[in-house]
Amino acid sequence: MSVSSTFSEITHPPAPEIHASHDVHDHPFYQRHHFETAEQQREAAGFGMWLFLLTEIMFFGGLFMAYLLYRNWYYDAFVAASNSISVPMGLTNTIVLITSSLTMAMGVWAAEVKNKKLLQIFLLATVVLGFAFLGIKTGEYYDKFAEHHVPGASFSIADFVNPPAGSKEKPLPMDMAKKTEVYFSLYFAMTGVHALHMIIGIAILIVLLWKSNSGVYTSGYVQPIENFGLYWHFVDIVWIFLFPFLYLINRH
Amino acid sequence: MSELQKTDNGEQAIALSNKPVDRHGANLDYHDAGNVVNPEHIAHHIVSPVMYLAIFGVLMIGTLATVGFAYLPLGPFNAAVAIAIACTKAVFVVLFFMHVKYSSRLVKLTVVSGFFTFLVLVIMSMSDYISRAWGQW
Repeated sequence: MSVSSTFSEITHPPAPEIHASHDVHDHPFYQRHHFETAEQQREAAGFGMWLFLLTEIMFFGGLFMAYLLYRNWYYDAFVAASNSISVPMGLTNTIVLITSSLTMAMGVWAAEVKNKKLLQIFLLATVVLGFAFLGIKTGEYYDKFAEHHVPGASFSIADFVNPPAGSKEKPLPMDMAKKTEVYFSLYFAMTGVHALHMIIGIAILIVLLWKSNSGVYTSGYVQPIENFGLYWHFVDIVWIFLFPFLYLINRH
Repeated sequence: MSELQKTDNGEQAIALSNKPVDRHGANLDYHDAGNVVNPEHIAHHIVSPVMYLAIFGVLMIGTLATVGFAYLPLGPFNAAVAIAIACTKAVFVVLFFMHVKYSSRLVKLTVVSGFFTFLVLVIMSMSDYISRAWGQW
C-alpha cells in the first residue's frame, strides 16, 4: 500500500449534501433551491432589504448633516425662508403620507392572511395616497417658482430684505438674506430626493398591484410585499424628520 | 434518514409522531431559546390591524404635537422637542410598521448598527465643526 493511495482516501471525503433535499419534505413553489427552508429565505430577503435601507440612511444622512451645519451658520436666513413655506400644506402631506404607511402596513397584513381582494384594495389606496402627496408637493413647488424662491438665475431675495406689507417677518440684512438660497437649495434637494423615492415607490407599487392579480402574493409568498413595505415606511420616516426641520423652524 | 415509512397497509405514516421534521429528523417545532445565532430563531409573526391602527393614532398625535409645539415660544427647546417627537415617531414606525420588534436578532442588530453608525458620523462631523475655533470666541 503506497503513501499516495492513503492520502487520496483522506483528502477525498464524501461530498457533503449542500442542497435542500427534495425527497423528505415539501417546499413551497417560491422557495429557491439554495435555501434550506422558506423561513430562511424570508429572513435573508428581509436582511438584504435592511442592508439596502442602511445605505439609504447614510445617503439621506449626508443631507441632514449639511442641513444641521448650515442651519447653525445661517439661522436667521433659515427661519425667514422656512416661514415662507406653507405649514397647512406640509401638515396635510404629513397626514397623507402617514395614512399611506398605514394602508401599506394593512396591505402586508392582507397578504399574510392571504386575502387577495383586501391586498389589492390596500395597495391601490397606497398608490392613490402617494399620488396625493406628490400632487400637494407639486403645488408647493409651484408656489416657490411663482415667488422666485427657487435657487438659480431667477432667485430673488426681495421678500427677505423688504418683507411684504402685513407680514410678521423682520427684514434681513443683505448678506444674511442671500443665504436663504442655501436653505432653498437644501429644501429642494431633500424634498426632491424624497419625492423621487415616492415616484419610484409608486411605480413598484403599480407593478405589485398588477402581479397580485395572479394571486402569487396571497399564497404565502409575502416577501415582495413585505420588503416593499419596508421601503415605503422608510420613506415615511425620512419625511417624519423633514417636516419639522424644513417647515417648522421658529414659527410665530 | 427517511421519517416517512411504509406501513403494512401501504399508507404513509410518520414514525413516532406527526410533528414536522427536517431532513435530519429534528423536530421543526423545537425552539431553542438560547440559540441566538440561528436566523430562523423567530417564526413569522403577523402584526394585527388593531396594532397598526394604534400606531397610526400615535403617529397622528405626534404630528399634531409637532405643529403645536412649533408655535410655542420655547427658544432653543423648540428644536429639541421637534427632534424628540420625530425620533419617537420613527421608533414606532420601525418597531411596528417595519416589524423589527418581531424580527430576529440579526435584523435588530442590523437596524441598530445602521442608526448608530449614522449617529457616530454626525457626532464626529459636529465635533470637528464646533472645535475649529475653540477658545477664540
